[in-house]
Amino acid sequence: MKPKFEPNAKYQPKEFSFKSKKKIKDILANYPSNQARSAIMPLLDLAQREVAAVGAKEKKPYGGWIPRAAMDEIANIVGQPPIKVYEVATFYSMYNLAPVGKYLVQFCTTTPCWLCGSTKILEAAEAHLNIKMGESTKDGLFTLMEVECLGACVNGPMVQINDDYYEDLTPENIVSVLESLAAGKKPTVGSQTKRKGSMAITGPTSLEAEAKKAGVV
Amino acid sequence: MLQDKDRIFTNLYGFESFSLPEAKKRGDWVKTSALVKKGKDWVIDEMKKSGLRGRGGAGFPTGLKWSFMPDPEKSGRPHYLVINADESEPGTCKDRDIMRHDPHKLLEGALLAGFAMGAHAAYIYIRGEFFNESSSLNKAIKEAYDAGLLGKNAAKSGWDFDVYLHRGAGAYICGEETALLESLEGKKGQPRNKPPFPAMAGLYACPTTVNNVETIASVPTILKRGGEWFSSLGSDEKNTGTKLFCISGHVNQPCNVEEEMGIPLKDLIEKHAGGVRGGWDNLLAIIPGGSSTPLLPKDVCSTIKMDFDSLREAGSGLGTAGVIVMDKSTDIVYAIARLSYFYMHESCGQCTPCREGTGWLWRTMQRMVTGNATIDEIDMLYDLTKEIEGQTICAHGDASAWPIQGLIRHFRPEMEAKILAYRKQAKVA
Repeated sequence: MKPKFEPNAKYQPKEFSFKSKKKIKDILANYPSNQARSAIMPLLDLAQREVAAVGAKEKKPYGGWIPRAAMDEIANIVGQPPIKVYEVATFYSMYNLAPVGKYLVQFCTTTPCWLCGSTKILEAAEAHLNIKMGESTKDGLFTLMEVECLGACVNGPMVQINDDYYEDLTPENIVSVLESLAAGKKPTVGSQTKRKGSMAITGPTSLEAEAKKAGVV
Repeated sequence: MLQDKDRIFTNLYGFESFSLPEAKKRGDWVKTSALVKKGKDWVIDEMKKSGLRGRGGAGFPTGLKWSFMPDPEKSGRPHYLVINADESEPGTCKDRDIMRHDPHKLLEGALLAGFAMGAHAAYIYIRGEFFNESSSLNKAIKEAYDAGLLGKNAAKSGWDFDVYLHRGAGAYICGEETALLESLEGKKGQPRNKPPFPAMAGLYACPTTVNNVETIASVPTILKRGGEWFSSLGSDEKNTGTKLFCISGHVNQPCNVEEEMGIPLKDLIEKHAGGVRGGWDNLLAIIPGGSSTPLLPKDVCSTIKMDFDSLREAGSGLGTAGVIVMDKSTDIVYAIARLSYFYMHESCGQCTPCREGTGWLWRTMQRMVTGNATIDEIDMLYDLTKEIEGQTICAHGDASAWPIQGLIRHFRPEMEAKILAYRKQAKVA
């Protein structure tokens, strides 16, 4: 579950302004000029990314999240009352409405991943970081969260960490992914068993000629 | 088994780059303008001939859907093509492969489909979690603009066409077409009442057609090779062509694969997914078409063909063709209960039967998992699903009811055994 929206919480900054005016212009250009409201979602995403980028630069103990002041600013930009932005921000699960860890680790536990052992993956991560689902590490590096199907079912079990998917997980390789992130390294994104996309691990059962040409088999 | 020469998605696994030069070698953006110049009636006729049915789950004939769009000269409003890339149905991960490995097929299809329905703009609504996929798609869109394949006089076809990408933000319900349109308009993703249908009043109250990624990405190949080629594949005239299947769960080699519509389920699993873990006899049940389709027990799985009508007759559905395989080690009640949690979590909250009912289903299913229930509560649970099914604006309510109905239909003895075991242990009379 995502953190609750508390508009008057202590951690809420008083002001917010977007760093990139050009990005705002580019986003608005995607929609008809009288439909600026459509830009609410991409602007919320932009705000979350800018907070993450500034946080990383200033070595703050959090990743991307959206302060209330940012929502008010977005309401200004699109010419809507703030509530129209709040109701969108609270409806969708990807907008973090309170500070989260620098690495937001989202475990898919829906049936296809569960069948392939997502419970063990989640337990391994909890034991390694010594926190439970929904909690953050004290250094603000990791937040663990359980989420619904992330749409990579044939590569399950899998997790999403910030923008990237880590697939074909085992209790061992999830720990090495977390270790390398903690060490400031960038682990290989995608399959952790070096599988090519969604192909069968033992090799393609179709498109063999294409696979040969590409040197996959 | 489908031959490679009849496969549409030849870069499904990403053996080659998704970018324009390689996509052109695979046949994308070749002769596009010639197809446009044949006229919109020809395009729609050819789509009707192909028998292509929507690949997003509902299976509505694509050519027919396009023909519902009003005449652009008379409607006096802009027309929109909206591509549903909000792939979130548990068990389904096919559109992701198209967008990250074959995005130009989707863009070329968007131009052809947009032209046929009189739309000069397409919005691709991609689920927010697919960040890397949206980056690939964005790069492909930029390549297409730079090469003159999109924009004014797109691909020298004489048709102006723009494509925009809109990222969602984690709401399963936005895969429902009217919720998607609401979301695209910058609102909460809550489905609209129909009518009016999107073809009359969709995005920004303008005529709109919403199609799935796989549907649109199949269009260029169908038009290039002819509707008759596509309809020659498949099990009958109503279940034609090829289909991407996603095989997950208890199989030896989970994978995505493009196969002929109507392939026997057993063949699909044994030829492509390395068989069920521990052999076919270790199979318990299969969810054939993504989480909302009712499960099928082993004896049905042994003979069933994977197409819309065969699965419907068997009391299930092809849905998105996300095949979830469960072997005998599975706690089948929990497997379905976990889906109940999913539907509760993803209910948009608009209609009372779904908002409240999905919570009731999850809470009751939790007790069914431990067995802390009475036998007649199984019937109560079934009744409850019937109070939700068909009582809501969109199909989310139905989708939350069907998996449980399938469970009770085929695995009632297992549910009863759990209850009896619990009562024995707890010494309840």
